Amino acid sequence: MIRAVIIMNDQGKPRLVKFYDHQPMEKQQEIIRSIYGVLCSRAENVSNFVHADSTFGQDTRLVYKTFATLYFIVIFDDSENELAILDLMQVFVETLDKCFSNVCELDIIFNFNKVHTILDEIILGGQVVEMNSSDVVKAVNDISGLEKNPNSILRVSKSISGWQGR
Amino acid sequence: MNPFSSGTRLRDMIRAIRACKTAAEERAVVRKECASIRAAVSDNDNDYRHRNLAKLMFIHMLGYPTHFGQMECLKLIAAPGFPEKRIGYLGLMLLLDERQEVLMLVTNSLKQDLNHTNQYIVGLALCALGNISSAEMARDLAPEVERLLQFRDPNVRKKAALCSIRIIKKVPDLAENFVNPVASLLKEKHHGVLLTAIQLCADLCIVSEEALEYFRKKCTEGIVKILKDAVNSPYAPEYDISGISDPFLQIRLLRILRILGHGDADASDFMNDVLAQVATKTESNKNAGNAILYECVETIMSIEDSGGLRVLAINILGRFLSNRDNNIRYVALNMLMKAISVDGQAVQRHRATILECVKDSDASIRKRALELVYLLVNESNVKPLAKELIDYLVVSDQDFKGDLTAKICSIVEKLSPEKIWYIDQMLKVLCEAGNYVKDEVWHALIVVITNASNLHGYTVRSLYKAIQTSGDQEAVVRVAVWCIGEYGDLLVNNIGMLDIEEPITVTESDAIDAIEVAIMRHTSDLTTRAMCLMALLKLSSRFPSCSQRIKDIVTQSKGSLLLELQQRSIEFNSIIGKHQNLRSALVERMPVLDEATYSGRRAGSVPAAVSTSQGNTLNIPNGVVKIVDAPLVDLLDLGVDEPAPTNSSAANFLHDLLGGVDISSPSAQSGTMQPQKSGTDVLLDLLSSGSPLAQINTSTSDNKIPVSPLNSLSLSSPLPAATSSMMDLLDGFGPTPTPPAPKDNGPTYPPIVAFESASLRLMFNFSKQPGSPHITQIEANFTNKSSDVYTDFIFQAAVPKFLQLHLEPASSNTLNGNGSVTQKLRLTNNQHGKKSLVMRIRISYKLNNKDMLEEGQISNFPRDL
Repeated sequence: MIRAVIIMNDQGKPRLVKFYDHQPMEKQQEIIRSIYGVLCSRAENVSNFVHADSTFGQDTRLVYKTFATLYFIVIFDDSENELAILDLMQVFVETLDKCFSNVCELDIIFNFNKVHTILDEIILGGQVVEMNSSDVVKAVNDISGLEKNPNSILRVSKSISGWQGR
Repeated sequence: MNPFSSGTRLRDMIRAIRACKTAAEERAVVRKECASIRAAVSDNDNDYRHRNLAKLMFIHMLGYPTHFGQMECLKLIAAPGFPEKRIGYLGLMLLLDERQEVLMLVTNSLKQDLNHTNQYIVGLALCALGNISSAEMARDLAPEVERLLQFRDPNVRKKAALCSIRIIKKVPDLAENFVNPVASLLKEKHHGVLLTAIQLCADLCIVSEEALEYFRKKCTEGIVKILKDAVNSPYAPEYDISGISDPFLQIRLLRILRILGHGDADASDFMNDVLAQVATKTESNKNAGNAILYECVETIMSIEDSGGLRVLAINILGRFLSNRDNNIRYVALNMLMKAISVDGQAVQRHRATILECVKDSDASIRKRALELVYLLVNESNVKPLAKELIDYLVVSDQDFKGDLTAKICSIVEKLSPEKIWYIDQMLKVLCEAGNYVKDEVWHALIVVITNASNLHGYTVRSLYKAIQTSGDQEAVVRVAVWCIGEYGDLLVNNIGMLDIEEPITVTESDAIDAIEVAIMRHTSDLTTRAMCLMALLKLSSRFPSCSQRIKDIVTQSKGSLLLELQQRSIEFNSIIGKHQNLRSALVERMPVLDEATYSGRRAGSVPAAVSTSQGNTLNIPNGVVKIVDAPLVDLLDLGVDEPAPTNSSAANFLHDLLGGVDISSPSAQSGTMQPQKSGTDVLLDLLSSGSPLAQINTSTSDNKIPVSPLNSLSLSSPLPAATSSMMDLLDGFGPTPTPPAPKDNGPTYPPIVAFESASLRLMFNFSKQPGSPHITQIEANFTNKSSDVYTDFIFQAAVPKFLQLHLEPASSNTLNGNGSVTQKLRLTNNQHGKKSLVMRIRISYKLNNKDMLEEGQISNFPRDL
């Protein structure tokens, strides 16, 4: 199963943190820092896989991919296929791209809870729900529509200003 | 208006936080924001609740405590509106976990939402349940989830399927309830549902043996068919990832086949065909295709044997190894590592490609490939493989050399077919990467060299050549220096030539040059230099004609700041200069080192017996002065009839013996001490047998001054002991019956048992020089009464001031079981004829690395010494 999905920028600032097995907050921060320590010192022409045994236990691995200023990181155990996880990240990023039309770091910062919603449509409880990015986009749009729907409570538009965003 | 009041929008808060330039500023902003959120929480503010919670989630991501927001999640989830619920559930998943009691309170809301008419709300509830469900919640809500597996909307069905995975993981007993619903889900056409159903199916098989049996019997065929369709299906744009139709579904299908086929020949047999199709038909020019192939290989490796498929699979991995993508090479190496136990022969066929990966530019690939090569080496291929690795060592990255060297050494040691090959390979490694070699490795090499008596000449000549070119590699220098010292005569006379060798001409002076270069090199460390000195000593005997030159080189270390070198230099110098009769015997060729013992020691069974490194291990087990309690009455009895009032306790006696006397000649006292400690310390130490120490302390405190560096430097020859008398002590007791002065010089004295304990016996043999009756030569003989080995054996003695004590080095500082050590003492009695000898002793040694200490007083000296 997938243990965690993390997005951080090239300064080590977390932009999205989602753990599928609970970690206390201090531990989460420690993990983020240690991952950053590993990633920022990695050369460019090397594989995208890192062993994460020390933080997540036996046989866990970490796949990362860089997109512009962001590291996308997925941590998973040996029941997952590393190469498939790379594709999964590609799907996730493509979906973000469709939802935010040309996603950039700022989109993710200011709409972090929409990003969470997107992620929840792709991964649930550490398992992949959907790999078809247009299905995901559709579900996410339905949810956004429901939030903006005047039939739902009026407070909506004010309150989640963060994620109606742009 | 305060920009951080709870009216701040989420966007503004994020901006404020981003604007912070320092961590302290950020903390201040967050603190303010949290304070206002807390205030809103306690006011039970409904309007901004979900905005506040959204802020808390952001704050939580940055690593600040947010526990006060937990109840707000529950309130939002219980709210009727969708936006509130959405934020509430998000918060629930991020801020809470299954261990918190608060979570119990949410069960009811979840139950309602799972039954909600709006499918998105159901979706939210399923998602939250799937992420954080506890065992209790799983039990309570399993029926709802089970029902939702048949929900009309596929989005809900797939989430319910994944939610079920969490449930059966938390409560495996519930697995049987899900078996039938899953079986019907597997007939679905919707890819998303199928994908999740297969994952659920796999997890059911893992938690429940019955489920595994059931699916194996009923569903293997269906799953094989789905996979067949996926492989053969025409282009399906909606599930396409880079030209491959739904790779993720195929991967999941392969995984469930692996689970079903593992340990079951029939099921395995059934899937052979489709696996072969996947392995041959999948395009391998895209990552997605390779992911499928990779999964397929893993499945083939795990299911029951089908030789043909395995070869196919390993060939796929072999192709992966030459892929340009690092990731593919990386996973291929990982998989080959697993495959090696399944079919080592097939993996061997790709040895050449794997060896290429050792030279990869990616460090993690290199490392894996090296491990794999290490697993592949056997007796038959060790020579070519070791050659390849050593050749690569020459050009490899600095930071990879350590790993590589260790592996090569290990391979060569483990599998070397013959000694000459071993020596050759090790020499190559030492020349290339001698600085990365661990000490054990070159120690082992020396052991092997000494055992290969027919190769001594060859080896020493090779080493001589090697240090000419690789003198900067410490390890090769050490081995070479050792061998030149040991086999120098073979070097110059070309003795023991092998056919393969080219003869070289080395003169005696060339050989010494080589060692001189090594000892002079500024990078050489203590060990190397000490080895050089030793080698020079040996050569002084092997090449008598160069003796003077060697002496000059050795002498240069006399001024070394390193005590060890200084001392060796002085010792060797005097051996070369003065003890030529001894020298050749001293430096005879080393006996052959025992390989078994050495490898045993390396394995850790035998603790290293000799500690070499520290400069402070003077190899002179010398001693001083000491004292003890019980028989002090005897001492006083010597002089007086009346028992001294102080004789009841040892400490008091001490006080009298030393403290009562004017201890004004500290150098004398310390002169008899161990040079390696400061004299005063030892003295205090010696005296520290009881409470009145304080007084002694004060009376000796003056002594501390002269005891510092100068003193210890000058101590290579012990200073003469104090000459001042001890009058005060014993004279105070009144008229002493003067023992008759010895009339002649020749009396012989019977040996005495000076000291005896359960573990040790100390015998004294006395003799006197004619004409100097006041000087007594004592040969002390220490006998180990046990069968254990005592190391770091040190004998110390203390005498009253009317005596002078000179201690010579002991014959050894190690007492073998039942063995003995001798040490000579010279006692000068300034009150000869008036007073008898008396001495306190302390013996310290290590038994199994534990410090042991024995003390005693010797007062049974013959009376007229």
